[in-house]
Amino acid sequence: MNAPDTTAVDINRRGAGSFAEWYASGAPWVWFTGGAVAISAILVIGLLLLIAVRGLGHFWPAPVVVAQYVEPGQAPTPLIAQLGYTETVSSARLESAGIPVDTTQDFYDRRLVKVANRDVYGSDFTYLLDAWIVERSFPEDISVFERLEWGDLFGTLVSVSESGVVVADGAEAWSAFQEHHARARKLYDEIKHIQNGEIGKVNYALEQLRLQQRRYELNDELTPELQGTLEAKRAELNARYATLNAELVELQEAIERDSITVRVQTGATVNVQLAEVVRGYQPNAMGLGEKIGFYFAKIWEFVSDEPREANTEGGIFPAIFGTVLMVLLMSVLVTPFGVVAALYMREYAKQGAITRTIRIAVNNLAGVPSIVYGVFGLGFFVYAIGGSIDDLFYAESLPAPTFGTGGIFWASLTLAILTLPVVIVATEEGLARIPRSMREASLALGATKAETLWKVVLPMSSPAMMTGLILAIARAAGEVAPLMLVGVVKLAPSLPMDGNFPFLHLDRKFMHLGFHIYDVGFQSPNVEAARPLVYATALLLVLVIVLLNLAAVRIRNRLRERYRALEH
Amino acid sequence: MREKHNEDLAESLTAPRPAPAEPGEVAVEVDGLNLYYGDKQALNSVTLDIERNKVTAFIGPSGCGKSTLLRCFNRMNDLIDTVRTEGEIRLGNKNIFDKDVDVARLRRQVGMVFQKPNPFPKSIYENVAYGLRLAGERKKSVLDDTVEWALKGAALWGEVKDRLHESALGMSGGQQQRLVIARAIAVQPKVLLLDEPCSALDPISTLKVEELIDQLKADYTVLIVTHNMQQAARVSDYTAFMYLGDLIEYDETDTIFTNPGKKQTEDYITGRYG
Repeated sequence: MNAPDTTAVDINRRGAGSFAEWYASGAPWVWFTGGAVAISAILVIGLLLLIAVRGLGHFWPAPVVVAQYVEPGQAPTPLIAQLGYTETVSSARLESAGIPVDTTQDFYDRRLVKVANRDVYGSDFTYLLDAWIVERSFPEDISVFERLEWGDLFGTLVSVSESGVVVADGAEAWSAFQEHHARARKLYDEIKHIQNGEIGKVNYALEQLRLQQRRYELNDELTPELQGTLEAKRAELNARYATLNAELVELQEAIERDSITVRVQTGATVNVQLAEVVRGYQPNAMGLGEKIGFYFAKIWEFVSDEPREANTEGGIFPAIFGTVLMVLLMSVLVTPFGVVAALYMREYAKQGAITRTIRIAVNNLAGVPSIVYGVFGLGFFVYAIGGSIDDLFYAESLPAPTFGTGGIFWASLTLAILTLPVVIVATEEGLARIPRSMREASLALGATKAETLWKVVLPMSSPAMMTGLILAIARAAGEVAPLMLVGVVKLAPSLPMDGNFPFLHLDRKFMHLGFHIYDVGFQSPNVEAARPLVYATALLLVLVIVLLNLAAVRIRNRLRERYRALEH
Repeated sequence: MREKHNEDLAESLTAPRPAPAEPGEVAVEVDGLNLYYGDKQALNSVTLDIERNKVTAFIGPSGCGKSTLLRCFNRMNDLIDTVRTEGEIRLGNKNIFDKDVDVARLRRQVGMVFQKPNPFPKSIYENVAYGLRLAGERKKSVLDDTVEWALKGAALWGEVKDRLHESALGMSGGQQQRLVIARAIAVQPKVLLLDEPCSALDPISTLKVEELIDQLKADYTVLIVTHNMQQAARVSDYTAFMYLGDLIEYDETDTIFTNPGKKQTEDYITGRYG
C-alpha cells in the first residue's frame, strides 16, 4: 500500500447546495427541534389567551339594545337585550327547527341574545336570527338590575315606592333608586352579619352544648347539677337568640319597605323588592371610566364573594379559599413524611434488592390514576379511620358523622399520598447529589451520622425537597377526581376556617376551583350564564397554581443560593 | 515485575522493624496493620511509630495505599462497607480499633484535611465553629475566641477578619484549604492528617500551606500524604515510602532523599518509576 499523498489535500465543499449537504449540516434538526418548542409555546399561550379573553370579557358591562324582532308573517315583538356572539347556521337546519326562513338564502347569522327577565320569559338566553333584529337603538334610560334570585332584570325604571306608595317617578326615579338602594344594601349587610355571624355563633354554641350534654349522658356523668348548668347556659343562649331574632325581624321589615317598578320589553311592569336587588346600572349611559370601575368591581365580587344562583352568579371565594387551604395542608403533610422516607431509603437502608424493589414501587405509585387514590381515601381514611375516630372521640354527635365523612383533612391527606412519590424521588436525588466530601468533612470533625445528616446533608438538600414540593403542588392543585370522593362539595355552607374555636375545622367539607369548573360547566341548569364563568374560574385556578408555585420557586431559589454546592 | 515485588515483600517481612534513627516521643504506633477491600488486600502488615510534634510524610506511587493508611488513623475507612482491618493503631496506648472506642471522640483527637478544600456552604465563622458546636460549646465568647485563635493558627485571620459572616464559598481555593485546616485545629486535635492538601492548589497557595504545616508541628503531630516529592522533602521530618500496600522504607527525610536504604526507594525518588 502506498503512503497517502499529502500534497493533494481536498477540503472543498462537496455538492454545495444539495439536499444531502443541507441534511448533513444539521439545519433540519435545528428547525425540527425549534419547531417543537414553538408549537408548545403557541399552545400554552393560546390556552391562556383563550380562557383569559372568554373569562374576563364576561365582567364588562355590555350595552343593552332596544329593538324589534321581526319574524316574517308575524307582528314585530319588542326586544330589550344584550347581544352575544353570532354563528353561521344553514337555512335547512333553521327550517327544520320550524323557523320560517327563506330557503333560497343558504346561510343565516344566528345570534345569542341575553333577554334576562327569567321570571317573564322562562330563560335568560335565546337564539335569534341577526337579520331580523331591526330598529336597534341604545337608549340611556335602560337599566339592568342584578337580583338575588331570577337573574338580571332589563327594563326602564318607572317608579320607586316606600311601603307601596310611589315616592319618585319619571326623571327623579333613577336618583331615588340609587339612594334607596344604598339604604337597602346597608340593611342587607346588617341582616347578613346577624344571620351568619351572630346567630351562627349562637347556633354553634347551642350545638356544642347539646354535644356536651350527650357526652355526659354517654359516660353516665350527667348529674342534676350539671344538667342545671347546661340548662342555664342553654336558656342564656336562647335568650340571646330571641333578641337577635327580634332585631332581625325589625331589619327585615325595614328592608322590605322599598320596592321599584320596572317596565320590561313586553310593556308589562314588574315590581321588585329593593332587598332583592344586588346592583342596578344603566350600561348605555356609562362613560368609559364608569365602565372600568364597574368592571373591576365585578371582578372583585367574583374573587371575594360567595356564589349565588346555583353557582352561576356571585363569586367563588369559598372555592379559592378551599383550594389554597387544601394545597397548604397537603404540603404540610407530604413534605416531612416524604423527606423522612427518602432519608431512610438513601441514608440508612442497605442498598440491596429490597430497597431497590421499594424504590421501584414508589416510582410506580406516581403513575396510579388519581381516582384510585380517591377510592382508597374514601375506603381507608374516611370510612375506616374516620369512622373509628368518630366512635372514639365524637360518639356524642353520632349518627351524624364528624370525621367519618369527606372533609378537607381527608382530601389533603389523600392528595398527600398521591404526591408522596414525587417528593420522595426528588428528595432522594437531592440527597444523592450532596458531595461525599461534605459528609466526610463533617464526620472527620467528630460528628455522628445523625449530626451530619441534620446539620449538613439536610440543609444542603433542601432545594431538592422544594423541587419535590413544587411538583407536588402542581399536581395536587389541579386534581379533581379523587376530591369528589373525599370531601369536595358543590356548595359548602361554611368555610373550613372561621372565628369559632378551634378556628381550623378539618372535618368540614369544602369547595374547590377544579370541581367548581366541572360543576358550573356541566351540572348547571343555566348553561349560557355559566359558560363565561367556566373560563373565568379556569383562569383563576391557573393563577392560583402559578402563584403557589412561584412562592415555592422563590423559596427554593433562596435556599439554592444559600446552599450552593461546591463546584470545582 | 510481579516476582520482583514478591521478593521485596519477603525482604520487608524479614527486615527489622523500621523506626526513626533517633526516636523521640512516640505519638502513634501502627502495629501489623492489614487492610482489605473485600478480598483485595490494600495494606500488608504495616508497622511504624510516629513521633510527636513532627511532620511525617507518606510518599509512593498512586494506589500504593498511602491514603488508605492515612484514613485508618481516624477510622474514615469505616464509611466503606467492604473494608476490614487487622492489627492495631495505638494512640496513647489505646487501640483505636477496640470495640469501646467512640469514633466521634477519636475523630476529635485526630483531625483531617482532604485533598480538595471542602468548606461547608455556611459562613467562614460557622465553618470554624462547626466542630466546637458539635462538642457542645454554646458560649458566644468562647466560640468567638476559638474561631479567632484557629484562624490565626491557620494564617488566615488577617485575610478574613472583616468578613467572618460571609459565605466560605466566596474564598479562593488556597484560602478555603487554610479555612479547612483552621476548622480542623479549632477542636484542638492531637494529630492532624493531611491528605494531599495541596494537590488542588496553585503554587502560591501551596507555599502558604507548606509554611503553615511547618508552624503546625509545634502543636500537633502532622501526617501528610503527598504525590509531590519535593514537598515531602521540604515539609517533613520523617518520610515513609510505600509501594503496593507495603511500607518499604521509613526514616528521617534527609536520609530517605540523600541515602535511601532500599533500591526501590532510590528508584522512586530518582524518578525511575512511579
